Amino acid sequence: MINKSEVQHIATLARIGLDEKEIDKLSKDLSGILNWVEKLKEVNVDGVEPTAHITGVNNISREDRVGDFENKEGIKKLFPEEKDGFDKVKSVL
Amino acid sequence: MLHDKCFMIRELHEKLINKEISAVKLAEDYFAVIEKKDKEIFAYLTLTKELALEQAKKVDEKIARGESIGILEGIPGAIKDNILIKNIRATASSKILDNYIAPYDATVIKKLKDSGAVFLGKTNLDEFAMGSSTENSAYGPTKNPHDLERVPGGSSGGSAAAVAGDMAVWALGTDTGGSIRQPAALCGVMGLKPTYGRISRYGAIAMGSSLDQIGPIAKTVEDVAIVLSAIAGEDKMDATSARSADKKYEDYLTGEVKGLKIGVVKEYLENLNPEMKEKMEEVIEKFKKMGAEIKEVELPFAKYSLPAYYIIMPCEISSNLARYDGIKYGMRIDDQETSKVKADGLPKTLLETYLDSRKYGLGSEVKRRIMLGTYALSSGYYEAYYLRAQKVRTLIKKDFEKVFNPSADGVDLILTPTTTTPAFKIGEKTEDPLKMYLEDIFTVTANISGVPAISIPCGKIKVDNSEMPVGFQLMGKWFDEENLLRAAHAFEIM
Repeated sequence: MINKSEVQHIATLARIGLDEKEIDKLSKDLSGILNWVEKLKEVNVDGVEPTAHITGVNNISREDRVGDFENKEGIKKLFPEEKDGFDKVKSVL
Repeated sequence: MLHDKCFMIRELHEKLINKEISAVKLAEDYFAVIEKKDKEIFAYLTLTKELALEQAKKVDEKIARGESIGILEGIPGAIKDNILIKNIRATASSKILDNYIAPYDATVIKKLKDSGAVFLGKTNLDEFAMGSSTENSAYGPTKNPHDLERVPGGSSGGSAAAVAGDMAVWALGTDTGGSIRQPAALCGVMGLKPTYGRISRYGAIAMGSSLDQIGPIAKTVEDVAIVLSAIAGEDKMDATSARSADKKYEDYLTGEVKGLKIGVVKEYLENLNPEMKEKMEEVIEKFKKMGAEIKEVELPFAKYSLPAYYIIMPCEISSNLARYDGIKYGMRIDDQETSKVKADGLPKTLLETYLDSRKYGLGSEVKRRIMLGTYALSSGYYEAYYLRAQKVRTLIKKDFEKVFNPSADGVDLILTPTTTTPAFKIGEKTEDPLKMYLEDIFTVTANISGVPAISIPCGKIKVDNSEMPVGFQLMGKWFDEENLLRAAHAFEIM
């Protein structure tokens, strides 16, 4: 069971603002889903390696070289707030 | 008007080179049908008429100059709105990307542009591809062309409905747990989820990165194969795309399945409702008649695919969707109303911007999955949920390795239904998320294990007053799309 204060805690971690109604619903929904995935506990996974990625490739390397992106204007246009060609962010301190 | 009959890519190609129709006229015809039908169906979010006519004109000029054209040149298709086309809006059906204009082409789009295909528009989906009915779109649901009161399936519901409604010859979808195959089945068309790694995901808006694949939806297996040939291949922009030979998959459609071994899982068939069971038995009989060998197989861990998926997928989502924060692009809401939420080390103005942008920009299913993933990855729960699910994933993969192992008398393909029922009514499953999640029960295993899988129409079932299409699924060995498509095609033409 995920109670309302846990929902609020997770929402803060996930940076999602929620209203009271959403918190209620999520507390119910998440509890239901987590209860259902409990099924996985039936499986004996002792000594089993986890699979993060199915094809087993790892560490694809390439030369570390700077490339030019040809549509910088297209990216700048997407900034919610632009100043002097930079994306203006909120104060982080 | 072309739409008295639906044409396959090859037929349209012949018509183009014989100058029976121009590529511009062909595109215009499709836009005329879209205009007529899509007010009701709502398969498209954005029409790309200007781009389409410009692309078509180039093809016509080539034909006029007497140059030869490729099989896809001038053939109109639709693109799911979570795949980027440069300078075209890409919303992923989310309000948070309402104003997002793609600054670059996805690799599949670049490849399709190179093959001369024509893009009619961007299709509707469940927000960020999260759902099985297209009802989670922030712009409203798509309707099933076979019955407008029913869902087209999802999340690639717009793409499947566009093809089924004769509003595109082919379409691209994405499939994380069944999002190409389930809507294809419910709309009565073909849908292929290729092997994980077969196609570059660069420029596809990420959902679950270890599960997502782009794939084609079309009316025939040959059309699916033609589009696959155009978009497959390794890409330096996607490290998970696999090295592979440049193949023409349409060349493998021999019409023969003699000697091919097809596995069936007994429990899957036993638990079906009678109508669906009958359909599956007909499919099996047909394959037997064609000379395929039907063999019972066991996938003992496959039943854990869905719960494992509902841990792995939300975990990947919670990480992938962290980028939608109101800072870099997309919707920003910063009314700075006090939410009483505090996070250590974050100034209030920044925190409130994150909270509000995501609160108003994201829909409820997206929030639910981010929350679920954040919980499962949070300190103290990681091992119990995420790590355990990844270990179960290993066991499921081993199931497939065993069943497909040629030296242990393994099979070439596995046959299952695509869904348990035909399309359900709009609104029928929106209240209880678990009910909706169960839609993926047969399809999700292919994403967990990474194998390629295709949904093939196998007739209709009567529900209420409608005859609704259903489909069956074939799963193949990793990177063996050839045999998968060959068997699907043989079934289709028999």
